[in-house]
Amino acid sequence: MVDSKHKWKAWLYLSPALILLAVFTLYPIVNTIRLAFMEDYGMMKALSGATFEFGFGNFEKVVEYRNFTTCLKNTVLLCVLTVPISTVLALLIAVTLNSIGPLRRFLQTIYFLPYVTNSIAIGMVFAAMFNIVGNVSAEPPLITTAGIINNFLGIFGVEPINWINVGSSYWANITVMVIYIVWNALPFKILILLGGLQSINKQYYDAAKVDGTSRARTLWKITVPLLSPMIAYVVITSFMGGFKEYSSIVGIFGETMGPPGNKGAMNTMVGFIYQSLEGQHQGRASAASLILFAIIMAVTLVNLQVSKKKVHY
Amino acid sequence: MKVVLENLTKVFPSRNKKAGEEVVAVNNFSFEIPDGKLIGLLGPSGCGKSTTLYMISGLQKPTSGKIYFGDDDITALSPENRGVGLVFQNYALYPHMTVKQNILFPLQNLKGEDKLSKDDMLKKAYEAAKLVQIDELMDRKPSELSGGQQQRVAIARALVKMPRVLLLDEPLSNLDARLRLQTREEIRRIQRETQITTIFVTHDQEEAMSISDMIVVMKLGVIQQIGAPQDVYDSPENLFVAKFLGTPPINVFDGAIRDGKVYIGEDAVLDAPGVEDQEVYVGIRPEGFELAEDGALHCELRSVEVMGRDVSIVSANAQAHTPVIRSIINADNKVDATQKEVRFNLKAHKTFVFAKERVTWSMANEGKTLYTFNKASQTLNAKYDGKSYDLGVLLTDEDIAKLEKQAKQSLSPVAKFFIKQGKKLLGAAQAKVAPAVELVQSLIPEKPALTGEITYKLAMGKNKEGQTLYFAGGVDNARLCVTSDIQKAVDLHAELVTKVVGEGKKAKTVVEGYNVYYLDGETKVYPEITVANGENHEKRIFL
Repeated sequence: MVDSKHKWKAWLYLSPALILLAVFTLYPIVNTIRLAFMEDYGMMKALSGATFEFGFGNFEKVVEYRNFTTCLKNTVLLCVLTVPISTVLALLIAVTLNSIGPLRRFLQTIYFLPYVTNSIAIGMVFAAMFNIVGNVSAEPPLITTAGIINNFLGIFGVEPINWINVGSSYWANITVMVIYIVWNALPFKILILLGGLQSINKQYYDAAKVDGTSRARTLWKITVPLLSPMIAYVVITSFMGGFKEYSSIVGIFGETMGPPGNKGAMNTMVGFIYQSLEGQHQGRASAASLILFAIIMAVTLVNLQVSKKKVHY
Repeated sequence: MKVVLENLTKVFPSRNKKAGEEVVAVNNFSFEIPDGKLIGLLGPSGCGKSTTLYMISGLQKPTSGKIYFGDDDITALSPENRGVGLVFQNYALYPHMTVKQNILFPLQNLKGEDKLSKDDMLKKAYEAAKLVQIDELMDRKPSELSGGQQQRVAIARALVKMPRVLLLDEPLSNLDARLRLQTREEIRRIQRETQITTIFVTHDQEEAMSISDMIVVMKLGVIQQIGAPQDVYDSPENLFVAKFLGTPPINVFDGAIRDGKVYIGEDAVLDAPGVEDQEVYVGIRPEGFELAEDGALHCELRSVEVMGRDVSIVSANAQAHTPVIRSIINADNKVDATQKEVRFNLKAHKTFVFAKERVTWSMANEGKTLYTFNKASQTLNAKYDGKSYDLGVLLTDEDIAKLEKQAKQSLSPVAKFFIKQGKKLLGAAQAKVAPAVELVQSLIPEKPALTGEITYKLAMGKNKEGQTLYFAGGVDNARLCVTSDIQKAVDLHAELVTKVVGEGKKAKTVVEGYNVYYLDGETKVYPEITVANGENHEKRIFL
């Protein structure tokens, strides 16, 4: 403990961080809560001297807003699909990487590359890969370039699929988003899981070997339980990240948040908040933020509860 | 199940690839473990005992040699097919499973015909648990157990499949002193009850002596002595074994044999009829001293420690390797602690004399052959495969000049140039020295078909006295011979080559060159090595 005489010194050294936290974190949080409960708050109105009543009006508006349900549905769907897929894939890749010798460093770098690339840029590349140039709605469709994915599928005789163009189906859009988000999420998870794998005592595997444990059984009965703290960390953080999905959608569909002609079809919670802000509805944006916060909080609590039972520290 | 190890060798490649130095962890191990016995592999850390254990378990593959369980050659079998149970040093219990799940785990791995019903598995698990007396802890997690209990769980897990051989790696090292005593008796009891051949590794001589039927003392990958604990203690084959066993440790003195008597300093302590005069080490067990007023060995009395049953006399002797020597005598002897001097007679069966053979020269044949230079007789000796090759005496200057001339004449101009420059010349064969090949062929009438990658070597170097010694011959991974005579060397080499080919190995390459190594006297030829390559040194001289 710092002795009381010198306490002021401790506070002095802490002050830069404390001040920054107070201004850029604490104040925004408090203010968000305040604004969320000020009915129909808008900054422009506030500047012109309007006063606002306190109440739940913003929340009501958010819930009633027709886009909100779409946003919530998209967000939850993407989360529920991408988190398990990316976690399982990352686990398998990490285990494989951990077991191979010579090319490991090389492959590790390859798998890590998406992490250092801007997600909007990756999104644009993905969009190009899934894009179809031509007139899809014409009868018969007029296709100039079908995009690399469709070309690849064409090898197996699959008709070009309208992934993200005009008139594309909701599930085609979701598929593209899932592939993109999973791919984008892999590097970080692989990194964490690989780190975890390397800290597992090799003797467990020696013991398993002497006992004649099959590979699959070793993976599910030994590796996964011993890795469970890392897996739990990865799952919890990716749920948190998943509910904040936004830039990936912008990357693929642009700021319209949906395929051409179907604006907002892929919109998410964070997209909803941004749009509210753009429309000068700060009150509504704050309310939506609090709802998102509550959802993330609830999911995280469930996650923690589950991991209490399943994670072996 | 009888376990037989045959010429077992494990060489680890160097971590630093450029240095290229290999580590021979286990060197040409051969011994037989009788069925149903408890064997202790004993040695200081780094002596290859754990490596041996892991090779028996199958987790490590031997570089060469064979392992048999009974009459089955299991060298190529994977661990799960060997029927071994292995207890790891830190137990390696799966932390996320309960004790029961841990013990059941090996049974659940069984497939096909061996597959057991759930009830059978549980029955077996409980049997194993009962054997190690942990059947009341079955629902606990390993983290909720004490060290000793974890140890028992690990043993139960290893035993549950009824292995043919049970292996324990440093089983007691993670336990506290009291528990160690208790657990080692427990291991003894379990082994007796199950009659499973058990091999355990330890660096603690007391532990090994107390419970083993047989101990194997190792040092630097080489077996030093095998035998019943008491026999090894009573009759150590070399100084290392004598020093390694016994608490308090044996007292070692510099001594000499002169005129049929063993001397420590000026004191003639024992008779050694018919033994050649030489410098020796004298090892005396603490219980080998007998107090006598007219005793042969004079020591300076330091203190007397009373231990009730025994009395421990601490004294000093100028010839002793340790500042004080400790002797334990019966408490019936009254010792006057105020005396300045104390005199002992030595019990002949507790006193061992060891040759003072020192390695002053170590020349590598991939680290497998050990050359020893005996100062006293000025002779050179090469040891390989437990056999000793006497390589004659040091050369005279005249001999050396003749040999050098002979060697140089057959060298390429390039090689000659390097020698002239005073450079150490390595691998003249790599420079495609045609005359060298001719020399070999002129010396070996029939060019033999050889196995593996075989290189002929001719080496020359100076020893500390400035004399040049001469090496020749060599079969990769077999043996390198040293001699004072080039003709003799090549003859010997040819003989070895024929022998190797004769053992039925497939001939792969033929002689390609004749390497001439001029070794820099400072760096390579004369390292101050007292003990190199873990060979058996300082051998006991039986009086």
